[in-house]
Parts: sequence; C-alpha cells; structure tokens
Amino acid sequence: MDMTALLLSRIQFAFTISFHIIFPAFTIGLAAWLAILEALHLTTGRPVYRAIFEFWLKIFGMAFGLGVVSGIVMAFQIGTNWSVLSRMSGPIQGPLLMYETFTAFMLEATFFGVLIYGRSRVPAWFYLFSTAMVALGTTFSAFWIMINNSWMQVPVGYVVQNGMFVPDDWTKIIFNSVVWSRFPHMLLAAYLTGAFCVAATGAWYLLRRRYHAEAHIMLGMGLGLAALLVPAQIFFGHLNGDYIHEYQPAKFAAIEGRWHDEQPAGEVLIAIPDEATETNLYEVKIPVLGSIIGSLSLTSKEVGLTDFPPQERPPVLIPFFTFRIMVGCGLVMLALAWLGSYLWFKRRLEHNRFLLWMIFLSFPLPFIATLTGWYTAEVGRQPWVVYGVLRTADAMTPFLTTRAATISLVVFCAVYAFIFFFGTLYIYRLLRAGPAGSLIGVPSGAVPNRPMSLAGEGAEPDGSYVGAGE
Amino acid sequence: MVMFWVALLAISILLYVLLDGFDLGVGMLFGLTNNETRRSAMLGAVSPIWDGNETWLVVTGVILWGAFPAAYATLLSAFYLPLVVMLAGLILRGVAFEYRHGAGRTRWIWDLSFVGGSAVATFIQGLTVGALVSGLPMTNGQYAGGDFGWFSPFAALCGVGLCLGYALLGACWLVKKCEGDVRDAAYRLIPLLAVGLLVFLIVVFIYALADHLQVMNRWLERPYLFVFPVLGALAALVLAVSVRYRRDELPFPMVILIFLAAFGTLAFSFWPHIIPFVLTIDEAAAPPSTLNFMFWGCGVVVFPLMLLYTLVSYSVFKGKVETTAGHH
Repeated sequence: MDMTALLLSRIQFAFTISFHIIFPAFTIGLAAWLAILEALHLTTGRPVYRAIFEFWLKIFGMAFGLGVVSGIVMAFQIGTNWSVLSRMSGPIQGPLLMYETFTAFMLEATFFGVLIYGRSRVPAWFYLFSTAMVALGTTFSAFWIMINNSWMQVPVGYVVQNGMFVPDDWTKIIFNSVVWSRFPHMLLAAYLTGAFCVAATGAWYLLRRRYHAEAHIMLGMGLGLAALLVPAQIFFGHLNGDYIHEYQPAKFAAIEGRWHDEQPAGEVLIAIPDEATETNLYEVKIPVLGSIIGSLSLTSKEVGLTDFPPQERPPVLIPFFTFRIMVGCGLVMLALAWLGSYLWFKRRLEHNRFLLWMIFLSFPLPFIATLTGWYTAEVGRQPWVVYGVLRTADAMTPFLTTRAATISLVVFCAVYAFIFFFGTLYIYRLLRAGPAGSLIGVPSGAVPNRPMSLAGEGAEPDGSYVGAGE
Repeated sequence: MVMFWVALLAISILLYVLLDGFDLGVGMLFGLTNNETRRSAMLGAVSPIWDGNETWLVVTGVILWGAFPAAYATLLSAFYLPLVVMLAGLILRGVAFEYRHGAGRTRWIWDLSFVGGSAVATFIQGLTVGALVSGLPMTNGQYAGGDFGWFSPFAALCGVGLCLGYALLGACWLVKKCEGDVRDAAYRLIPLLAVGLLVFLIVVFIYALADHLQVMNRWLERPYLFVFPVLGALAALVLAVSVRYRRDELPFPMVILIFLAAFGTLAFSFWPHIIPFVLTIDEAAAPPSTLNFMFWGCGVVVFPLMLLYTLVSYSVFKGKVETTAGHH
C-alpha cells in the first residue's frame, strides 16, 4: 500500500467531488424554478416570465454542462482509485448508482436538449413537460445519490459474503430513516442555492438600475422562497444531527468539540480544538445546551472523543469548523431572507441599497454552506469509507502508484481550473448582460398585453422592456 | 438473470459506440474546416443530442459496476491513466458546446478543445479495446502491469483505427443531417475514411496472425463467427453504392452495420469472458439479490423508457439542420 498514493487519491476525490457538487447544487434548484416560470408564462401569458425563463435557461445550460462533465468523472473514479471499495460494495452501490443513471441522467440529458434547442420544434405543452422532466431528473439524481451516501454513512440491509457486501434487504437500504432526513436536507440546500442566486441577481440589477420588472420578480420569488425554506432547512439539519448522534458518536463529538464525557454537557460555540493535548483553546461554551441539542434533555450524558481510540477518531479541526461555517451561513441567509421578504412585501426593498448590496453579496453563502456541510459529513466519518466496516485506507486500488496518482491529480486540477475559470467568466458575462437579449423569442403579440398584466402586479411602471436594447 | 444483464451491457456499449461515436467523429471532422458557417452547421447536427449520447457511457459504467462489480473494479483500475486522459478529453469537448457561445475572441480555444478532446477520447477508447484483445497482464485475477502495462503498438493501432471509424460515422451523420458544403465535403471524405478503415482492419488481421493472438484461436474454433465480417463487407458495398449515387439516408445505417459486425466479432470472440481470457461473465456477476433488484426497476421498466425517450429526442430533432436559424 502506497501511503502517498492514498493521500493523493483522497485529495483527488475531495477535489473532484467538491467541484462537481457546486453545479448540481445550483442546477437542481434552478431546474425546478425554470419549470415554475414556464408554467407561469403559459398560464398567465405574461412575457416577463418568458424573458426571465430564457435568461436563466442560458445560465442553466452552462452550469448543467459543467455538472454533466464533472459527473462522468465521478462514475469512473470510484473504480480507478477505489477498486477495493467498488468490488466490495458494488452489489449495493452499483445498483443505486444504476438507478440514478437510469432514472435521472437519461431523463435530464434527453430533455435538456429539447429545452435548449427544441422550443420551435415542439408544442408548448411538450416544452413545459420537458422542463418538468429536467427538474424531475435532477431531483431523482439527488435522491439516489443520497441513498447511496447514506448507506456508506449508516450501512444497513447487507451481509458480508466472499468479501462483498451482499444486499439482503433493499427496503432497509432505501427506506433507511437516515435517507429521509439527509435527502430533504440536500434538496433544500439546492433550492436555497437557486433561490439566493436568483435573488442576488435581482438585487444586482436593481443596484445598477436595470431590468426593473425582471429584477423585482427575481427578488420577490427568490427571497420569498428562501424565507420559507431556510427554517425548514434548519429543522432537517437538526434531524441530521440526531442521526449522527445516534449512529456516529465520534463524528458528533468532533463536531461539538467535546473531548471528554460530560453530564450535563455544555455546547462549545467557538474554540480551537487541539488534538495533541485533547483540549480546546480559547473556548466559548454555554453550559447544559450541549445536552439539550444532543438529547433534548437537561441532564443527559454526552459522549466525548476520548472514549474512542485515536485510530478510530475523525480529524477534529475540519468537521468542527466546517460545521460552524455552515451554520453561520444558514443564520445569515435566514436573516437576509426574512428581512428582505418583509421589505419586499412592504415595497421598500428597492430603496434600501444597503440590504440590496447584502443580498447581492450573499450569493456565495449557499455554495459555502453546501460544501462545508458535505465536508462535515464526509470528513467526520473518517477513518471509515463504509462506516464501521471498511476503512478508507483499505479501500484504495492496491497497486496504484504515487506516479499515476500524481499525474491524475495534476490533470484533473488543470482541466477543472481551466473550465471553471472560463465557465465562471461566461456565466458572469451572461448575468451582466441581463435578460435583454432573450426578448428576441417573445412573440410580438404579447407586447400589447403588457399594461394589463402589469396592472395586476401593481408595481411602478418600468422601462426594462422598452429599454431592453440599451 | 446474468444473461439479461450481459445483453443490457452489450446494448449499452453498442449504443454508446454508435451514438457518441458519430458525435465524437463530427468533433474530429470539425477540425478540417475553418469556415464558421460550416462549423455551426456541423455543431447544429450534434449539439441537441450529444449529451444524451454520452450518457450511454455512464449507463455502461453503472451496469458494469452494478451487475459485474469485479470486472468494473479490475478494468477501471487497470486502465487508470488512459481513463484519466479520456475523461479530460470528454470534459474539454463537452464544455465546448456551451462555451463556444459565450466566448468572443477566445473561441479558438474551444474549437481546439472540441477537436482535440474528441480525438483523444476516441483514441483512448480504441486503445482500451486493443489492449483487451491483446490481453492485459494479470496475476491471480489482479492486474499486474504497472502504470503502462496496457500499452502496446497493437493497442495504439486500434486507437487510430477507432478514430477512423468514428470519423466515418461522423461523416455519414453529416451527410444525413446537413446540406450544401458540409454534405459535399462529407461525401468526399467517406471513401477516404472507409478505405482507411479497411486498411486498418487488414493490418489488424495480419498482426493478429503474426502475433498468434488468443483471439485467433477462437476463430478457428468457431467458424460461424465469419458471418460478421461477411455482413460488414456487404454493408461496405452498399455504402459505396450509396455514396456514388448520393443517397443521404443510406451511408449512416450502413456504417452502423459495419460497427455492428465489428462489435459482434469482438463480443463473440471474447465469449464467455468479460475480461478476455481472465474473468468470465459468471465469475464477475453480482449476487442474485443485486441482479434481481436491478432487474425489475432498471431492467424491465426504466431501460425501455430510456430507449423510448432517446427515440423521442431523435424524432424531435429529425431532418436536416436549418443552417439559417440560430440555436439559442
């Protein structure tokens, strides 16, 4: 076993999967939103929905492409670098990913073509159907991936035969309670990512005094959705904490920064955990709150890291801090969503440039929260790849050399940096240009209806359509 | 049950080769012209469907993993470096479709990545097939060839051969989908590519004879295999006639037949091995509880659905590409 190759493989997997998750996190929410916009456009006939749809479709196209190509890498990488894992868990993880590919990838890929290229070739209802199929596909994809990952976190429904994990109860694997708190958590994360990106774009246009009608809708829909979803997300986050508390006590202790058993346990708000001395430096701690969060009790005993031998503990620093960053992002998003929605309904948001700036600058938050949430989950379960059964170090391709692992890591880093740089640049250009260019496709007959449709909205007259060519 | 999954694996590989084959081929041919009108017509002929085409590669990967985990683990780890390079190629060509629209003066970067990525990915696919035919270095069922154990001149030759094959598929697709310049240029290319492919096949045959590849013994044991080359030869004949008389619809299905013949030849030469002469299909198969679980959902219900919406997507985009209309 080549230890350097192991480290490089772990870095490579972390890097490629982090890169990948950015795009599904964005496109899952965006796909659902596009389907809603298209439905609104068909039912209300208001061209502004069509303009917003066409605009976000272009951005969706870019991000979706990046998600697809980086996803293909994931399908191969488990076999190339982790052949022991893929051989052992193939009978369980293979079918789960097969269901993902069959139910999600094909649906997305096929109807994505219709979305981007087929508007003029299909009837309106079929186009709407296609947007719904893309949204459904992205959701299915997240569903199967979460089942797969949840099985690695809390393996159930299998027996070990001939060195393989052989499934003996698929209902346990799929209807594992862990799945049903983690899948909504991921789905909500994706919806929040979409919502905040849309709201931030709206805020940006208002700050630049452009595309007023579109920006107003983007802000209202984005913030309104977020205002409802962030509390739901916090609730599912809490349920996730419960499963970790129950099934992965070492991860829970690492997240909490709790070195020794405590009864009742305090909650460490912030500190710098020190693995050498097994203590926290600069600790700020609230008494008893740890027991309340862990067990909803004032007196419960909570487990500390020193209960586990050092070789069965996760690295503490990473989950401890990534968890706090995730929660911090969530709280800021909650504040922005509630305050922003309130002011939007009072029609005062557009004049509050400070809040608009904050909303505009908030777009990285959901991405950071998603990534740090995943780091907490994945680093926190180390040293296991299949929790409690197979160690990460034992899962690697036994004959993988440092040379091969170095080459692949360099290739992936170079290619991803290259496409990420240009992808971000092109998405930025599209966002900067705004919805103006997308008016071309709107039938001219739709324009005379505009005053009537605007009357229902009650907003002040806007120049974004007339001035679209500015 | 194992046979069912072998069949699905075979169908998926075949669909991948045929479908992504033609759009990879168009990718390579894209490099032969500098004319923007021609280039956008070529892109228009593949851009609505390439994504679905490439997904058949992922379908192949997950069938291999789910139904034949031992083969998945062995093959992917053995072909470590080639697969990394192939993925890099597929990524670079995949993003080019969308990036091209966003790029201004840097469009040449994405044209280059489209052509280069297509060529590299194709070459590697051919190379892996070649390496499988000549046999991977294995000890006790485990790959033992080191970082470059998959390389041989024969494998590289197969890489070049597949480039010719995909380019031929691509040219026939362009004949079917395009008009004017692009169609004429593709018609001029087809004979060159077809002859190139023929020469390649003859060289492979001679090489195999000279090298006593294990595959050759299979042929002597199973003379009925010769039905495949005969089928291929007949298709090549019809191809020649259809090119001579400019029948736009015919060349593509004929090249499909040639690929089918080649695929059948390989598959039946390897049978019953999934990794030639090392691992059999039964040895690699997942336990029954896995195969059954996949059978009812993926196999019986979703796989036909996938075929159905692949068909729907092709019928939405059927007919010649309108070169005047923009696609965005």
